[in-house]
Amino acid sequence: MAASNSKERGAAIDIKAATKRYGNFTALDDVSLHIEPGEFMTLLGPSGSGKTTTLNVVAGFTDLTSGDLAVGGKSIVALPAHKRNIGVVFQHYALFPHMTVGKNVAYPLTLRGMDKQARDRHVARALDMVKMADFAHRYPAELSGGQQQRVALARAIVFDPPLLLMDEPLGALDKKLREWLQLEIKRIHRELGTTFVYVTHDQEEALVLSDRIAVFNQGRIEQVGTGRQLYDEPATLFVAKFIGESTSLRGDAQTSGGETSLTIAGQKVVAGGKLAGGQKPVVLLRPEKLSLARTNTPAAAGQNSLTGQVSEAIYLGSGSKYQVTLGDGSVAIVRATLEATPFSIGDAVDLRWSVVDAKLLADDDRADMTMT
Amino acid sequence: MRLAPFRILLGLFCLLVAVWLVMPTLVIIPMSFNEKKSLAFPPSGFSWQWYENFFTNPDWLTSFFNSLRVAGLVAVAATLIGTLAALGLSRMKHSGAGLLRAILITPMIVPGVVLAIGIYAVYLDYHLVGTTTGFVIAHTMLAIPFVIIAVSASLEVFDVRLETAAASLGADRFTAFRTVTLPLIAPGILSGLLFAFVTSFDEIIVALFITSPYLKTLPVQIFTSITRDADPTVTAVGTIIFIATTLVISAGLIISSKSTRS
Repeated sequence: MAASNSKERGAAIDIKAATKRYGNFTALDDVSLHIEPGEFMTLLGPSGSGKTTTLNVVAGFTDLTSGDLAVGGKSIVALPAHKRNIGVVFQHYALFPHMTVGKNVAYPLTLRGMDKQARDRHVARALDMVKMADFAHRYPAELSGGQQQRVALARAIVFDPPLLLMDEPLGALDKKLREWLQLEIKRIHRELGTTFVYVTHDQEEALVLSDRIAVFNQGRIEQVGTGRQLYDEPATLFVAKFIGESTSLRGDAQTSGGETSLTIAGQKVVAGGKLAGGQKPVVLLRPEKLSLARTNTPAAAGQNSLTGQVSEAIYLGSGSKYQVTLGDGSVAIVRATLEATPFSIGDAVDLRWSVVDAKLLADDDRADMTMT
Repeated sequence: MRLAPFRILLGLFCLLVAVWLVMPTLVIIPMSFNEKKSLAFPPSGFSWQWYENFFTNPDWLTSFFNSLRVAGLVAVAATLIGTLAALGLSRMKHSGAGLLRAILITPMIVPGVVLAIGIYAVYLDYHLVGTTTGFVIAHTMLAIPFVIIAVSASLEVFDVRLETAAASLGADRFTAFRTVTLPLIAPGILSGLLFAFVTSFDEIIVALFITSPYLKTLPVQIFTSITRDADPTVTAVGTIIFIATTLVISAGLIISSKSTRS
């Protein structure tokens, strides 16, 4: 629990070709992931995407069908959960209801045969770190959900594990409390230097917390990267749609000279580069890259333009948000700054964007299916 | 106000049912202080002689201690076996678990006389009639279902995920059971233990079949005494047992209400 100078306390994790099958169902399909020592890695994805299975495999609660798993360079596949020395925080807190907060946090130390004096010291420090020092004599049932989760966190870090796993730890809490605890978790991660692996389905939470994010879908990892990389350079349509808001445009594609263009409701737009053969292209646009202009005003060089009609206009204080219905019935989401010309519902507009700001991706119907 | 006559009728009816349920128990208390050697009700006079008889007559004391010994052994054996069975059943994912549970519960459903005949027939061959071993085996079989039901009820509300949490903190399966599961299902085990004890202590049907002049339990002694010579000592015994069980059950209720803090 020493807080200072602790960047070396975290262990590197290597998940190699991990596969888990339940009968015909493949929960994990050849997943490989390297996590740096001390890194905050978030496993992000919809339910059933394999993120929790991955966490359970690392914790030792679930066996792999095939593949390998190493912590700090040593394979731990053969070790049972109780010998792995990995801290786990559960969504349902899992505090022992018959023990006080102090006894709960002391539990892993008692199992490790630590003497009472050292134990008391460690417990006090762990409870201090999660700001629950005054609650040592309370029972879990006397605490709120947020307090219980902080105690659970103290219990999971008190024995100095080189790796801490968290399975949607804030999932049962309300939004305000969740946002505050996210910052607390970030602070604790910084102070401990332990490797954190965090599972969530909430992309905002992932962006707030993580050094890097692994996006899971249907038992596979779609992409691993920083929040910025995932937002700006999504590798797949699924990642693009899961992280942040976006507009996707589809149309008849023509490729000539290494450049793809789309025809959408009779209007032609330049889509950018070129996809590998046989893939149906989609143009992906982030709301802040789009702008609106009055119809029949000239577009700048290198800009695309599509006509549409404002179907929703929302004032957000820091700017405005519009929904624009295009000729083919699809809806674009536009974020405008305060300086931009305001539009109202029903206005005919031109939707504009720079060719370089568009992202050309392969179409994938899984991306829409899982967006619920 | 139109409801008033109906409410009075309802009240009277409830009172009647209450009296009906409690009467047999309350009748024996005054009778145990009867002055005459008779089971007539209402009793006449007042004396402690039947209590005196119970505590001085070796027939009564021996049968009382026989019952205590058998019930004590049964409580331990049935609690051990029944708790293990309940744990196993609760972890079984197989669809056969329901069937297995039903089989384990059958001693509670099958009429006592039927069981008694079967037990008697087997015991004759193995010379178990009139032995402590024989009584303990038969009564443990009768008591196991009560333990299974009591322990299963507390396992029903036990969160198995706590064992997973204990494992992540470094506890092997046995340690996790000892430090987490056991304390949390202890009220169920304790109430199973009490049920098992009581089941054996007042069991009469099987006991009548497998008893012998050398080993009589208290219910057998009561039965033979009352059929042979209308001895009012039975009412004194009844009163003692009534008060003792009331105390034990109250204690059990207090323990279980304290442990359900969460």
